[in-house]
Amino acid sequence: MANKFLHAIYDDDDKLLDAVKFLKKEGVYIEDVFTPFPVHGLDKALGLEPTRISIAGFIYGCIGFAFAIFMMNYIMIVDWPQNIGGKPSFSFIENMPAFVPIMFELTVFFSAHLMVITFYLRSRLWPFKEAENPIPETTDDKFLVQIPVSDNEKELKSKVKKTDIFKIDIVENKDE
Amino acid sequence: MASHYEAPIRKPLVTGNKTYHQISVDVAKPIEGKANKQWWIVFSISLVLFMWGVGCMIYTISTGIGVWGLNKTVGWAWDITNFVWWIGIGHAGTLISAVLLLFRQKWRMGINRSAEAMTIFSVMQAGLFPLIHMGRPWLAYWVLPIPNQFGSLWVNFNSPLLWDVFAISTYLTVSLVFWWTGLLPDFAMIRDRAVKPFQKKIYSLVSFGWSGRAKDWQRFEEISLVLAGLATPLVLSVHTIVSFDFATSVIPGWHTTIFPPYFVAGAIFSGFAMVNTLLIVMRKVCNLEDYITLQHIELMNIVIMITGSIVGCAYITELFIAWYSGVEYEQYAFLNRATGPYWWAYWAMMTCNVFSPQLMWFKKLRTSIIFSFIISIVVNIGMWFERFVIIVTSLHRDYLPSSWTMFSPSFVDIGIFIGTIGFFFVLFLLYARTFPVIAQAEVKTILKSSGDNYKKLRDKNGK
Repeated sequence: MANKFLHAIYDDDDKLLDAVKFLKKEGVYIEDVFTPFPVHGLDKALGLEPTRISIAGFIYGCIGFAFAIFMMNYIMIVDWPQNIGGKPSFSFIENMPAFVPIMFELTVFFSAHLMVITFYLRSRLWPFKEAENPIPETTDDKFLVQIPVSDNEKELKSKVKKTDIFKIDIVENKDE
Repeated sequence: MASHYEAPIRKPLVTGNKTYHQISVDVAKPIEGKANKQWWIVFSISLVLFMWGVGCMIYTISTGIGVWGLNKTVGWAWDITNFVWWIGIGHAGTLISAVLLLFRQKWRMGINRSAEAMTIFSVMQAGLFPLIHMGRPWLAYWVLPIPNQFGSLWVNFNSPLLWDVFAISTYLTVSLVFWWTGLLPDFAMIRDRAVKPFQKKIYSLVSFGWSGRAKDWQRFEEISLVLAGLATPLVLSVHTIVSFDFATSVIPGWHTTIFPPYFVAGAIFSGFAMVNTLLIVMRKVCNLEDYITLQHIELMNIVIMITGSIVGCAYITELFIAWYSGVEYEQYAFLNRATGPYWWAYWAMMTCNVFSPQLMWFKKLRTSIIFSFIISIVVNIGMWFERFVIIVTSLHRDYLPSSWTMFSPSFVDIGIFIGTIGFFFVLFLLYARTFPVIAQAEVKTILKSSGDNYKKLRDKNGK
């Protein structure tokens, strides 16, 4: 783990995007980028893989759907079948139309909640979690590119200076 | 700049020469400042109303449902009217944030946060009514599908009332996580600006350590899109299921297949009206006129006009179908609504919901702030009467003329309703002082395409 970082700070999303493209072309390794809002095209410029969270959401939805069918079949058909108002409730398929609303609701319930929980865990977001943006301005109007430094500090600096930079910081991490 | 191109014909959605930093400052201002006198006055009034409502609820629960105005013919009246009214109001938030997101409507960004807050607060009010109506709210867990050692039976999945339990709890919780996830970056902005240690601590806690990494944003955007895709059918399903409470019964006036789309349109109608009521005041009080512009109000008025027309069509269709069905009970139910002892409620509903939104065809009226505010109140009154008309007039003259009667609310009925209005405003006022009321991270993404300064710059450069 590198413990020295170069922080290239930009004051505009377009400048940041051009800079990231330039640095990537120059072969600079970018560890992370902190931005105050989603910058479109940044994930492509950084070469981030597409997120699979929606696939997870689909699977969670299928689980919810299956759970709804299992639950209502067990309760209404298997465990305690009753004649309610003369409506058929002695086989699943006959009673199924009345189950559609809850099948839908539980599909949405499972999909939405489990997907959001997955997002919070994968992105490490929870109450009492310490924020990790290096400078507080990155949630306001500054865009920060974090580049690990080993013995190439001068070379990195000269490359970063070619971009439309606002400020350069060299930061050393003490505890890591 | 070229990548932020937007057709010049589109009006700016952010005015007043904003920069990214200025947006943060404007959104954080109501939170960092002190509450003024008016806020305290309105808050105190709301709190008193809420307390009065709590008193009436305690009286109801300790004495019994008999303290309400219900009788053996009209066994459902104000409680369910208020329930449906609040649920309906709660539909605009998800509609604005989810449906308009799927349609890529940028104007949602100025208003979605507050609309969603309104959704959550009004669904909470709605949820109170079934809970109180149980009479023994400490047994509320009996609606859950739990094994039957408590009595002899499971819950009945054929019942639309149970569908309601699932629909509303799904709607409330999904809206809540959708709202909170969207709030994380904005809470983080407040946290990083905060100077007072206590404030910093609180906003660190609620922002879940949001840092704004590129990967987090990628997931955040995907989550928002998928949640919008899930919430869109969800919001339609919720009011559909609420309408099933009536439509699956065999009461003339309720037993109508048009109910689901008609209720959904009515819900959007009343929800947008409530958003207009709240935001017209909030934009002024919190100095957010640059973000919630006249353009936003006009667009909401157009939605009110369209959904009002759909509701009007539904009313007329109901009348036609009652006549065309040839069923005399149906025919009587509708004739009685319009000309019977509750004619005044019916015509109040018709005037407020069908006639008044048609005035929005005039550009001059729909761009007038005072007029929009008045119409938004009128629509909310009209939508309350709609539910009252559907529920009470269908019940009060049933199959047995000897049981025909009238309904009049007791002071407890009225007290609980007023109490929920107080509770709603207590929550909304607290929200307006402590939450970022504009989705500032989202507004920053459209600044370059829809900000007036950037639009002018493009006009000057010809591109």
